[in-house]
Amino acid sequence: MADLVTVRLKVNGVEREGRCEPRKLLVDFLREDLGLTGTHVGCEHGICGACTILLDGQAARSCIMLAVQADGAELMTVEGLAQDGKLHPLQEAFREHHGLQCGFCTPGMLMTSLDLLRTNPTPTDEEIREGISAVLCRCTGYQGIVNAVRAAARTPGGSR
Amino acid sequence: MTTPTGTGQKWIGRSVKRVEDRRLLTGRGTYIDDHPPVGNLFHAAIVRSPHAHARILGYDLGAALALDGVAGVITGADVARHSKPFSVGVTAPVHYYCAATDKARFVGEPVAVVVARSRYLAEDAAELVQVRYEPLPVVVDPERALEPDAPVLHEAVGSNLANNRRLVYGDPDRAFREADVVLKERFRFPKYGSTPIETYGVIARWDTLEGVCTVWSNFMGPFIMHPLTARVLGLPENRLRFIVPPDIGGSFGIKSLIYPYIALLALASKLTGVAVKWIEDRREHLLASSTGTDRVAYRELAAKKDGTILGMRFKWFDNVGGYIRSPEPGCSFRPTGNFVGPYRFQHLEVDASTVMTNKSLTGPNRGYACGHLYFETEGMLDRLAEKLGLDPVEVRRRNLIPTGAFPYRTPTGGLYDSGDYPATLDRAVQLAKYAELRREQATARAAGRYFGIGIALAVDPSVSNMGYVATALDPQFRAKPEYLPKSGAVDSATVKVDPLGRVIAILGTTPQGQGHQTIVAQIVADELGLVPEDVTVVDEMDTFTRVWSISSGTYSSRFGSVGTSAVALAARKLKAKLVAYAAHLMDRPPESLEFRDGSVRPRQGKGPSYSVKDLAGRAHWNTESLPEGMEPGLQATAVFGFTVARSVDAEDRVNSSNTYGFIAEIMAVEVDPETAAIKILRYVTVHDAGTIINPMIAEGQIYGGALHGLGGALYEELAYDEDGQCLTATFMDYLVPTACEAPTIEIAHVVSPSPLTPLGSKGLGESSSMTVPAVVANAVSDALGPLGIRINELPMTPSKLHAMIQKARKT
Ligand code: FES
Ligand code: FES
Repeated sequence: MADLVTVRLKVNGVEREGRCEPRKLLVDFLREDLGLTGTHVGCEHGICGACTILLDGQAARSCIMLAVQADGAELMTVEGLAQDGKLHPLQEAFREHHGLQCGFCTPGMLMTSLDLLRTNPTPTDEEIREGISAVLCRCTGYQGIVNAVRAAARTPGGSR
Repeated sequence: MTTPTGTGQKWIGRSVKRVEDRRLLTGRGTYIDDHPPVGNLFHAAIVRSPHAHARILGYDLGAALALDGVAGVITGADVARHSKPFSVGVTAPVHYYCAATDKARFVGEPVAVVVARSRYLAEDAAELVQVRYEPLPVVVDPERALEPDAPVLHEAVGSNLANNRRLVYGDPDRAFREADVVLKERFRFPKYGSTPIETYGVIARWDTLEGVCTVWSNFMGPFIMHPLTARVLGLPENRLRFIVPPDIGGSFGIKSLIYPYIALLALASKLTGVAVKWIEDRREHLLASSTGTDRVAYRELAAKKDGTILGMRFKWFDNVGGYIRSPEPGCSFRPTGNFVGPYRFQHLEVDASTVMTNKSLTGPNRGYACGHLYFETEGMLDRLAEKLGLDPVEVRRRNLIPTGAFPYRTPTGGLYDSGDYPATLDRAVQLAKYAELRREQATARAAGRYFGIGIALAVDPSVSNMGYVATALDPQFRAKPEYLPKSGAVDSATVKVDPLGRVIAILGTTPQGQGHQTIVAQIVADELGLVPEDVTVVDEMDTFTRVWSISSGTYSSRFGSVGTSAVALAARKLKAKLVAYAAHLMDRPPESLEFRDGSVRPRQGKGPSYSVKDLAGRAHWNTESLPEGMEPGLQATAVFGFTVARSVDAEDRVNSSNTYGFIAEIMAVEVDPETAAIKILRYVTVHDAGTIINPMIAEGQIYGGALHGLGGALYEELAYDEDGQCLTATFMDYLVPTACEAPTIEIAHVVSPSPLTPLGSKGLGESSSMTVPAVVANAVSDALGPLGIRINELPMTPSKLHAMIQKARKT
């Protein structure tokens, strides 16, 4: 076993630190070492998007990055969306428009949608589809998700 | 949550927002990989065969075992020594163990399991496991596999034919003799699976002192797989405990096939003496979890000049891969009762072969066997229309089971409980503005464009009667005195009222995204005059604490029909008790009282009334107030089973499901002849699934089901080369539709309540997954009709379609 290294980063506004092998994937570090199990693993090869987080403000796949690569970075995961016990407008919209069924793709879908709305606050339906095509969902047929993102875009704070 | 308005306060029928969503949206779901249910967990990595067919000569484990932190390695030899093969659904002597013991018969078949301190370490050690193989000749095509010189996978069977049944209903030979028109076609249906985004996960702890094995997994049973697994492990059923976490990340039938891994990890735990966790990775999932079968079908249809169908012949070669694994050969027989679909014809011959080849194993995949069935049948209907110069809608109308014919007994033993097929088809025709679409098509064609319209109809079976599986066996075999007939479709629910009048409902189901908690809260709220927020719903199947029976579980669109029925009945039982108790308190005969708007009140006139809360407080805090003979406590358990679920009869007739919905779909497409791109212009689907409890959830199921069908029709195929190597073992190669490929869908409902369920509901979880392959194929065939192209093979990938167009244009 290789020597352990220390990884320090900020997750959802909180400084966190852990020690892991240099080869440890970021997603495994988040889930196992930091206990943030909201970020999911669906493929571990960078296609399904379930593991998407925001890394220094941009959507990134935590399954094809090492934890050490995120040392010093600022991360946001699905656990950081709701504030003060209140759902984020994007989460509300997913609930309102049935944008989730099993919920497994949902964390990645939410983070990807947030990234989309931050870069393009008024997307067309086509742009929404294009944007969320980075995440695979097997349950919803995507319609509820498209409706939710469209609604969130019209809500104040939807891209907060 | 929406507030009910008007009188009646009915929650059923409303798009109540889901109670599941808050936890899932905030990352607080509990999936199998999230929180270890036991401490000191070890992790497993599975060593898999790189060969499609090879004899196992031996194992070198030294290097793996020498690694620090490795608890042990289990090989096929251990599996053979410490477990039995699984029973299979046929009489052929197929020895299917949870890992390869003598030979590996498909790429990815487990050959050993490494147990170590961490998954990273287990994978390091797995790479050090050396397995010596003698590669053998390979066969992947089901027809080729039946040729006399084909390599044989199972020597004990002697050929690759796992099973064959010839079923005859009515007098098909006469129907074909008397026909004006006979059509013959060959179809190919691809091997694909719904690949839930959450893969399989198993945690096993075998306590050898207690003799109890506990398995946590994202399994959707227990179904028949619990008894099967117990037998393999040599455990009494009350010593094998299956526990399911609160959240499962999708299944679509696929997770019913986790049971061989449950056995494998249980053995690994037993032999290493530690608790073991295994989470499947995506490559493993694509190589070796489960898919539907690929099928070669020969179809014949006999009809009169006016389009009346007299009879059909089906000849099927279903490819079940390296071993026939239970519940196969459901791939052929699951739709036995609805083989004829929505049509009236009475004469049918089915020649069903299940064939073993060096591909991965199969099992239920959303729409189990029905996607295949309707792709072929609806293709034949279109060919008939074309042959007779009739409109495809018209030819279907002439053959539909008429309004008013329900309940309808099909020649194959199905009992269609309710429906109005002509009206549902009409609704689809109106909604799609079919006549207008045809005019549009004429204009497009005149301009040299390839515009097509497809139609597909389907009887949507829900709640399979497990008795259908015995259709695979010969009637003589089934007639033997030692043969035990099988039948049933059962689910249970418990409803209990606490001292403040709030309710906990406990289910024996295993939802994978279908929103059972929401739906049960709606039902109980209506039954007991409460609001859904007053009801807490617990699923989390645990075979030690839940009431269940062999057919229990969440598969074959069961919940909307049988699960909801159990809940309604449990609530009604409890209501009856509340009425009896109130009658005692009021000193009035129970018949003079009724339960209305959350209280027990006199049927007529004025008088005292008792609310649920009031009754609950008294009953719990003061048992002296109960009438003599009344059991204390306020809870009721109901087990609902269908009396129409009978075992297969001597003529091979069986009511293979219990409730039957109906689907009518119309799709318009345009095909670009240069790129072969298919553009979906309109897609209309009309469903009759009886009473709809939550329209939002129902439509979610339809959207999802449709996209699975579209995946199989256009993109997804577990492709293999001649050597049996899987060519699509990542999501880079196995193409799952994204939001860009998903069509807009126009959905409508027709409601024919089922007379068999307390709420009139039926299942609809599989829904359009079974119609979309047919409707797209028919639409594309219609579009390319001027080129003489007919789609008889899926998926229609751009390269395949492009080659067809090029060829057609040249000739
Ligand atoms: S798990 Fe990271 S992209 Fe699939
Ligand atoms: S909600 Fe199940 S995968 Fe998207």
